[in-house]
Amino acid sequence: MKIDSLFQPLEASSSVVDFEFDGQTLQAPDGANLAAALLAAGVVTFRYTPVSGAPRAAFCMMGACFDCLVDIEGVHRQACMCQVHAGMVVRQIKPESDDE
Amino acid sequence: MQSDYAVIGGGVVGLAVAWGLLKRGRRVTVLDGDDGSFRASRGNFGLVWVQSKGLNEPRYAKWNQMSATAWPEFAAELKASTGFDVALEQTGGYDLHFSDEALQARVSQYERLKGQLGGDYPYEVLDHAALKREEPSIGPSVTGAILHHQDGHVNPLKLLKALADDVRRLGGHMLVGKSVTDVNKTDVFQITCSDGSEVRSEKVIMCAGLGAVQLGPKMGFLAPIRPQRGQILVTEKLPKMINRPSLIARQVDDGGVQIGVSNEEVGFDDNVTVDGISSIAAMAIKVHPALARVQLVRTWGALRVMSKDGMPIYHQSKTMPGAYLVTCHSGVTLAAAHARYIPAWLDGDGQAPNLEVFGEDRFAVSAA
Repeated sequence: MKIDSLFQPLEASSSVVDFEFDGQTLQAPDGANLAAALLAAGVVTFRYTPVSGAPRAAFCMMGACFDCLVDIEGVHRQACMCQVHAGMVVRQIKPESDDE
Repeated sequence: MQSDYAVIGGGVVGLAVAWGLLKRGRRVTVLDGDDGSFRASRGNFGLVWVQSKGLNEPRYAKWNQMSATAWPEFAAELKASTGFDVALEQTGGYDLHFSDEALQARVSQYERLKGQLGGDYPYEVLDHAALKREEPSIGPSVTGAILHHQDGHVNPLKLLKALADDVRRLGGHMLVGKSVTDVNKTDVFQITCSDGSEVRSEKVIMCAGLGAVQLGPKMGFLAPIRPQRGQILVTEKLPKMINRPSLIARQVDDGGVQIGVSNEEVGFDDNVTVDGISSIAAMAIKVHPALARVQLVRTWGALRVMSKDGMPIYHQSKTMPGAYLVTCHSGVTLAAAHARYIPAWLDGDGQAPNLEVFGEDRFAVSAA
């Protein structure tokens, strides 16, 4: 499924890999910044906040704001501080599924 | 322009006193420090804490209780006038233990204090199973806890903001970026700042925390206080997982878990250290194992303002009458008492509580 994105890659990459976000298969250059890859793929909600349930996505892109948290294999990580690799399984953080 | 009171120090202690003085109709100028100042008001843990304080001085325990009791009305008044909810919760707090011996030793200290306080020391002992019912996130190595019902916590940054806003709203003069270099007295006090400006007032209150170490002796105070560093960690925002605060961890109103805290004698150094934050994190994981999987957002260090016996100092200078030292470690816990009772004491009001036990003479006696 093609999602409209406000972001476009500056240059085509030779080594595109598949990774998963919330059960959906996405593509990005191997080693791409995960937050940038999600935004480029049209993902607008990386997580929902645990207290008010408000949607959040990457904001500062430099590791300071912690708004871009995603679940990577059970651990909350800052997407803007992670690189995409083939087969990576990323999940959106939702309050109800968070506390297992 | 001349004020009735000049308050040196625009942290939680100085602002609470200024706020109370303004409510009594006094004209007040607050001189707040500069970027180089050590600011305990911006780095503290945010507890409104009664238990374990004043084990050797029931009047100090009582003073904390008076403040804890005054806190709800204080918070409500701040909210009504500024719109800031300081997120006060006073549903009790824990002293956590890892051995029954340590817990029992603490209980016998509490029993003695409870007797001295005429029975007003509402606490209960929870074994591991009882604690686990209250706090499902607790780990197996916590053998038990003392739950004290007078304990609680607030958001200390919102408290600072609310006080600063309300002092301005009440007509207080807030001067920021001021480094006071000298205080002299002729018929009035003249307070000189490093930028060459001068403030005049009838009385002057030294609430500059560790700034009193330098300035205090010029005003006739011993000011026997020292910095004690605490390092603090805060996590990403999480679903509710901790119901009541302890000295080790508390979950704040916006969801983050704030983790503390070290007691380090390292002088005027408020840096964080790898050893410091890793041992604090390890302790927190021991208490709440689920924290092992969460992200830390920030760490910081701050300096406590510690007197020799850990108690506050409220003292009028003998060589410079009209100059008062008001300083303490527990500026958040005592904020309500400082706002409500200290102004009456400064005004010489007969209704003010007797604060003699907190005067500097106690240090002279112990030195003799």
